Amino acid sequence: MSGTPHIDMLRSPLGRARGLGSARAGSHHWWAQRLTAVALVPLTLWFIFSVIHLSGASHDRVIDWLSSPWTLAPMLALIVATFHHLQLGLQVVIEDYVHDERFKMPSIMLIKGLSVILALVCIVSVLKIGL
Amino acid sequence: MKDVRDALMIARDSNGKLVRRPMSPHLQVYRWPISMALSILHRVSGVALGVGTLMLTWWLVAAASSDNVFDRAQWFMGSALGLLLLFGWSVALIFHFFSGIRHLFWDAGQGFDNPTYNTTGWAVVIATGVCSVLVWVVGLAVW
Repeated sequence: MSGTPHIDMLRSPLGRARGLGSARAGSHHWWAQRLTAVALVPLTLWFIFSVIHLSGASHDRVIDWLSSPWTLAPMLALIVATFHHLQLGLQVVIEDYVHDERFKMPSIMLIKGLSVILALVCIVSVLKIGL
Repeated sequence: MKDVRDALMIARDSNGKLVRRPMSPHLQVYRWPISMALSILHRVSGVALGVGTLMLTWWLVAAASSDNVFDRAQWFMGSALGLLLLFGWSVALIFHFFSGIRHLFWDAGQGFDNPTYNTTGWAVVIATGVCSVLVWVVGLAVW
């Protein structure tokens, strides 16, 4: 073992390899935020180009644009990834700055609930147009 | 003192007066390096984009409603206040986009040394400026 970098701790090698921690969630939050970030790189680029393309467009043109499956699918992906990423990020911001437990958990619940509702409103609107 | 750990935070200044030690990091005395400013801006722009999703939601709901509702939404986005909000939203999005890519490289273990830190930091600032101008020049030309 000498020469190999290692950390002494009261934890079995299996526990360390699993890395789940006491809440059994481990790196899931961190990983989900990175995964949505990577997904949002192409989706955001696509969205910016689309918005430029649609600037000043009539209602008919917007409906026409959203009616294509090639628009509808990335739009749904964008909505899901955006609100998931947002909710994960705001949770960390609250955890960092709100230390009073009476406000911390309710604020996290509130932003998570709002994110879900807004995401659903967006999804329903988009599907109403596109389907 | 509410917490025994607070005892470590109490000290005497050069006049012998009891004072509360400053917290570390001493944000108020640091010269702000670029990475520090960009780190806080990444958060601020993220929260701002969260507020901005309300505008996206409104636009999509309007598009799913009648011509009338959609025209009203389009009118607001084209008004002075609407354009200002859209401008802020686009700059926040473009900044968060580039800064986020910088974060992803760090997550992959790349670009941690000081010179690279500063170079990539300024690259994010310049890319944000150039792309924001480009998006608005092209956007207004199409409009």
